[in-house]
Amino acid sequence: MSEIATTMNNTFSTMQGDESTSADDVQEPAGNLRIDASMTRSRSKAVETAIKISVRDLNFYYGKFHALKNISLDIAEKQVTAFIGPSGCGKSTLLRVFNRIYDLYPGQRSEGEVIMDGQNILSKEQDVNQIRAKVGMVFQKPTPFPMSIYDNIAFGVKMYEKLSRHEMDQRVEWALKEAAIWDEVKDKLRQSGTELSGGQQQRLCIARAIAVKPEVLLLDEPASALDPLSTLKIEELISELKEDYTIAIVTHNMQQAGRVSDYTAFCYLGEIVEFNDTSTMFTKPDKKETEDYITGRFG
Amino acid sequence: MISIYRRRRLINAINLTASVLTTLFGLFWLTWLLWTLLDHGLPWLNMDVFTKITPPPGSAGGLINAIKGSLIMTAIAVAIGTPIGILAGTYLSEFSRSSRFAPIVRFVNDILLSAPSIIIGVFIYELMVVPMGHFSAWAGSVALALIMLPVVVKTTEDMLRLVPDSMREAAAALGAPQWKVITIVVYRAARAGMLTGVMLGLARISGETAPLLFTALNNQFNSSHLNQPMANLPVVIFQFAMSPYEDWQHLAWAGALLITFTILLLNILARYVLRTRKMS
Repeated sequence: MSEIATTMNNTFSTMQGDESTSADDVQEPAGNLRIDASMTRSRSKAVETAIKISVRDLNFYYGKFHALKNISLDIAEKQVTAFIGPSGCGKSTLLRVFNRIYDLYPGQRSEGEVIMDGQNILSKEQDVNQIRAKVGMVFQKPTPFPMSIYDNIAFGVKMYEKLSRHEMDQRVEWALKEAAIWDEVKDKLRQSGTELSGGQQQRLCIARAIAVKPEVLLLDEPASALDPLSTLKIEELISELKEDYTIAIVTHNMQQAGRVSDYTAFCYLGEIVEFNDTSTMFTKPDKKETEDYITGRFG
Repeated sequence: MISIYRRRRLINAINLTASVLTTLFGLFWLTWLLWTLLDHGLPWLNMDVFTKITPPPGSAGGLINAIKGSLIMTAIAVAIGTPIGILAGTYLSEFSRSSRFAPIVRFVNDILLSAPSIIIGVFIYELMVVPMGHFSAWAGSVALALIMLPVVVKTTEDMLRLVPDSMREAAAALGAPQWKVITIVVYRAARAGMLTGVMLGLARISGETAPLLFTALNNQFNSSHLNQPMANLPVVIFQFAMSPYEDWQHLAWAGALLITFTILLLNILARYVLRTRKMS
């Protein structure tokens, strides 16, 4: 018995730890929508990819309304996963489960598991604020706080770190640089964040989310309220940020999903219809619904 | 087509005239009131009013003890009413979304808001003056605080509700616990509005007479003892205006002028603060 256990342990550690193992050696857990096996685009990529968040049998309710039905999928680490689908399909709801922001509203509840770094973040014992410090979120409408640009960035940092003035200055500068807005605001850090343009406000919000050094970034239609130029800037930013962060993005813009994401999930009526790597999704999707939606025939 | 348009213009003209006339009607009485106050009060508003205490009939004097008393009691009332009102308003807006208790609190607060102030006076008389055995500035302050409280509760709740949920979500998404979301972000967004609430409450209590009549009463002397009856402008005006002595009546006019314009100023200030908030 103990021999078998050891062997299993070894196999297990190989699966988890040794990233250089080729994808073919890795046994897929049953009922898993993980798409490494079907990833034909580049093998090296499949090998690099670890899983950051696994969703298992997730159901979500707004009061009596059943908004998400038995969702299971994996979000790859340091990759961009896009969620597309018609309005009301549940893609934003899914995003809002990842940082449990729905907790703010009584009557909204979830069932199932969302495993991040081996912990079920939906369990009651989990401290929601700690989760949110690890999982940053940027919303559709820019939401700068009514305070200076500097204080906007420092707000989140102060929640979990005690930095000296100098360290805080550095952190603020770093975050603003990461969000590609430093050059535009460096001379007016004491001005109110609400005085910036829409595109700048959104990048300020991204900087604010990055400043707390999260591991995951959730972007809920981050560019839908912005002009094309600002949108382009945000998209470029996403491509740079995925070097360091796991990104999940909800978008209504098909081209945007195609441009920025590595994986795409198509949601419809509270279910994930199809989940695959983006190039496959956009060239030869498995399901007819996906194709119809992507080509604009419905939705 | 043309006749419909003509008809519409005619109706517009009639309605516009009617609204302007009713506005002028309202303004007419207000202006008359202010004018009478200025006419009767201004001649007697001299340095004596601010330096001497209320005199016996026939001798010279001022209103300093009443002004001082009013300031002290109003200040204490604001100090009591503001924190309680803001906390209650915060509860109603932020912590009671699915609670059944909140609608009751809101309803009771609305009743308190429109309760006749003399009822509040009698209530505090029973609650404080009778057990203590004498009138006191404390009782007056508490009565004023009770009148101010519902104003602050209501405006605080209304102003906090104006802050969009997206702001709360954004702050919570950074890992901030709820109390920090409220005190750092939501309060800051609603700051000007909440301040306006306090100022409106202040304006409301600075003219109240009835509750003070039953609680602080009056004092001929310049007293700072909070445990003793204390002079205050509204009651002095009431007393002096009802008296047969002409010099007392003059002082009442001066006091009325003083109090009215102070309240006017407070209201203008509150509205100005609110407007600068809206613009930003």
